Amino acid sequence: MADIDLSSVGKTFSGAPALQDITTRFEDGEFIALLGPSGCGKTTLLRILAGFEAPSTGRLRIGPREMANAEAGTNLPPEERNIGFVFQSYALWPHMSVRRNVSYPLEIRRFSKAEIARQTDAALASTGLADYADRMPSELSGGQRQRVALARCLVSDPCAVLLDEPLANLDVALRASMQGVFTDFHSRTGATMVYVTHDQAEAMAMADRIAVMDQGRIQQFDTPQNLYERPKNRFVAEFVGRGTVVPVQSVESGGDALQAQVLGAKVAVQSAPEKGPVSHVCLRPENLTIAETGDLRSKVTRVTYMGGKYMLETVTDCGARLFAETRARLEVGAQLGLTITLPWAFSED
Amino acid sequence: MSRTLQNGGSRTEARLLSAILIVAICLTLAPVLRLFVEGVIDQGSPSLTLMREVLSQTSTLSALKHSLVTAGLGTVVSLVFGCAFAFLVALTDLRAKAALVFCLMIPMMIPPQITALSWTQIMGPSSVLLKTLGIAPPLGSPQPLYSPQGIILLLGIQHMSIIFLTLRAGLRSIPQDVVEAARISGAKGLRTWWQVVVPLTLPSLAAGTAITFVTALGNFGIPAMLGIPAGYATLPTLVYQKLAGMGTTVLAEVSVLAMLIGAVAVSGILVQRYFQSRQKLHLVGSASRPLALPLGAARLPVEIALWGVVCVILVLPMFGLLATSLVPAYGMPLRLDTVTFSLWHEVLFRQPATARAFVNSFGLASGAALALMVICLPLAWLMERRKTRLARIFDSLLDLPYALPGVVLSIAMILLLINLPFTEATLYGTIWIIFLAYVARFFAVMFRPIQASLKQLDPAMDEAAQSVGASFRRRLRDVILPLSAPAAAAGAILVFLTAFNELTVSALLWSSGTETLGVVIFNLDDSGETGMASALAMTIVFVVMALMALIQLLSRRFPKGVVPWQT
Repeated sequence: MADIDLSSVGKTFSGAPALQDITTRFEDGEFIALLGPSGCGKTTLLRILAGFEAPSTGRLRIGPREMANAEAGTNLPPEERNIGFVFQSYALWPHMSVRRNVSYPLEIRRFSKAEIARQTDAALASTGLADYADRMPSELSGGQRQRVALARCLVSDPCAVLLDEPLANLDVALRASMQGVFTDFHSRTGATMVYVTHDQAEAMAMADRIAVMDQGRIQQFDTPQNLYERPKNRFVAEFVGRGTVVPVQSVESGGDALQAQVLGAKVAVQSAPEKGPVSHVCLRPENLTIAETGDLRSKVTRVTYMGGKYMLETVTDCGARLFAETRARLEVGAQLGLTITLPWAFSED
Repeated sequence: MSRTLQNGGSRTEARLLSAILIVAICLTLAPVLRLFVEGVIDQGSPSLTLMREVLSQTSTLSALKHSLVTAGLGTVVSLVFGCAFAFLVALTDLRAKAALVFCLMIPMMIPPQITALSWTQIMGPSSVLLKTLGIAPPLGSPQPLYSPQGIILLLGIQHMSIIFLTLRAGLRSIPQDVVEAARISGAKGLRTWWQVVVPLTLPSLAAGTAITFVTALGNFGIPAMLGIPAGYATLPTLVYQKLAGMGTTVLAEVSVLAMLIGAVAVSGILVQRYFQSRQKLHLVGSASRPLALPLGAARLPVEIALWGVVCVILVLPMFGLLATSLVPAYGMPLRLDTVTFSLWHEVLFRQPATARAFVNSFGLASGAALALMVICLPLAWLMERRKTRLARIFDSLLDLPYALPGVVLSIAMILLLINLPFTEATLYGTIWIIFLAYVARFFAVMFRPIQASLKQLDPAMDEAAQSVGASFRRRLRDVILPLSAPAAAAGAILVFLTAFNELTVSALLWSSGTETLGVVIFNLDDSGETGMASALAMTIVFVVMALMALIQLLSRRFPKGVVPWQT
């Protein structure tokens, strides 16, 4: 078990920056998700943690040991880091049985035969694979393969577990049950886990904290609730949840809350006071209520049934595109009024 | 910042890669470099006098002309046969394609001196087969194959498989929807073929033609067996005759000849590379199902014709060879009362030279296969993981010793090893020079299948082992070796198969006691012991076909691209 400390870590691939100036800290025992669109650098960051890539700049420390230091030109190879890695493709060795796949890390650590058998059995049992020990990987289903991969990285008692989109190849139902497996695994072992995903629902469901990444930088590193309710900038507001970001015309503070002019209507907004003057607000479906008397006149352009409710895509008279939820079915082209309640405001250059 | 750091992973790997790369470069490219130096340096100073002198001799010029004529027209013959087979096999709904393809590969795997020997057994006045059938020409009439036409025909047959394979691979990479789009637009039958399929396959056809020409140019067995009796010398046989007649005193002179062959060959290789890269640009998109245009009523006649050709070029010569080996003396007809295994017994069990040759060839072939496996497996893996500049350059040049004519490599080997640097020792005349020449020549034969299989391996397989703490050695042993073992095995069998039969390299490097099987067949035929040569050749054909069948049986376990005739 160990904490992970990154200081101004950067990575360039043949001149093109993939990661820029990442300085952050993952606490011991935390479940961290790295979330972002494809190409944002999240996998590169994970591979630097594992040692498959060396950082071009900066330093990396895991637990008491310095793993990489670009200035000193050192980079500890992956095999000496004692880290668990779960691959998107599972990376089970096809020529070894399930048992051998799981026991291999212990063989490398030169454990005694009896000790290997004991720990392997325990790892197989804890992932529900005891009955499959003698099968070959090709005889397993996708979910079972992923559990073997998990058992393999659990058995060597790593100081951190890195997971590279481990659920991307599974179907929706299996994904939900595997999420349970991962959270159970985390609460049982207390291992520091870093989980890469592009699926925000997955990240929200499992992670203690989420680092939202874009263009090689961490845009915001916060708890799931804060990311959703208090986004720091336009990218996070739009990427997490279904937020529409609109500019604020004028702001005046009145008592406890700020009063802002949004799309021609005057509404109370929340903001982080220490961040200075606000310039934009994030409008999510729950900030919008449909009311005949609503200040914002808008027209429905698309209706999507979400199961029990409808998602409406609407365009206001002033051209902004807003998402609203309703339980009643509305037709495309219908005119309606919207009221804004207490949106989150932030400053954006 | 160092390259090691950029690529991640450990420094031991980088150092190991450099170490193995240097060994591999010394083994494969050093001889070629040494030959080049010899040609332009005379008595220690750069000079082109010798070169000018040798190139102006009439024997050189006529041999060059003969080489170009036989290789050029031989390539045309290969083109005709290879194209016909490739188009029909790859594009139509012929039956038993796998068997047909396998049979078409046999001429490529049978050594050229045996091809030449077998064809001379079905023609000419002393042909046992023709005598048995009672249709032999009268004694005294010439052997029609001892002529430029004979060389051209046999070169064409020997190398048609190369055209067939490259063209078939090119045809298979045409996405099916391209052809379907043409048919939807209203193009019918031959029009689709001519206006869509042929233009798309032209680059692979051109590449195949170039490499066939280079191979035919370097062929030694056929012009040696057919041309030397007719007094018709090509460049490789001229080099052989000079070196065999005068020994190493003419080394400088034959180096110039070798460079001349090398220069022609390299230009051919460059043409091939150019077209190969063009082809890659050309065809994007996935090749889904292979095409199968229906032949309709023409299917049976076409099948009969194709199998007829296979019969004539493969089965008939083998019968000739067999017939010759079964009579007590060359020239007698084969009848029930004359059939005997005495020549087989004599050549396989009595002749000391043959016994030695079996031991030598077996040892050389298996030794080369083993040595190459030990070098190529870690090298291919390291080169796949870290693509350094040196590794990329080596990757583009490592085919050279195999693509260059064998004569060129042999001369280069002699130059490099006749005086070991800093010592008085020489490897010339020992078996080690043949061994090192084999390692250089068959490097690509072992390396490419392993490389193909490692390219298809998920890098995460290795990274997973790395993340659980496996060292370089352990990963090589526990993960990479088992996963690439089928490809390495296929490569080893191919190296063994090719080296076991090889003549061109050993013909120039052998001496008494180090003869190989190829040399023994050549010498037996040269000294008039055609019957014994045939018996030995038949044995080798059986070994070749058994090994090919073994690869074929195992082929399902090999990754794509490992078995050369299953592209």
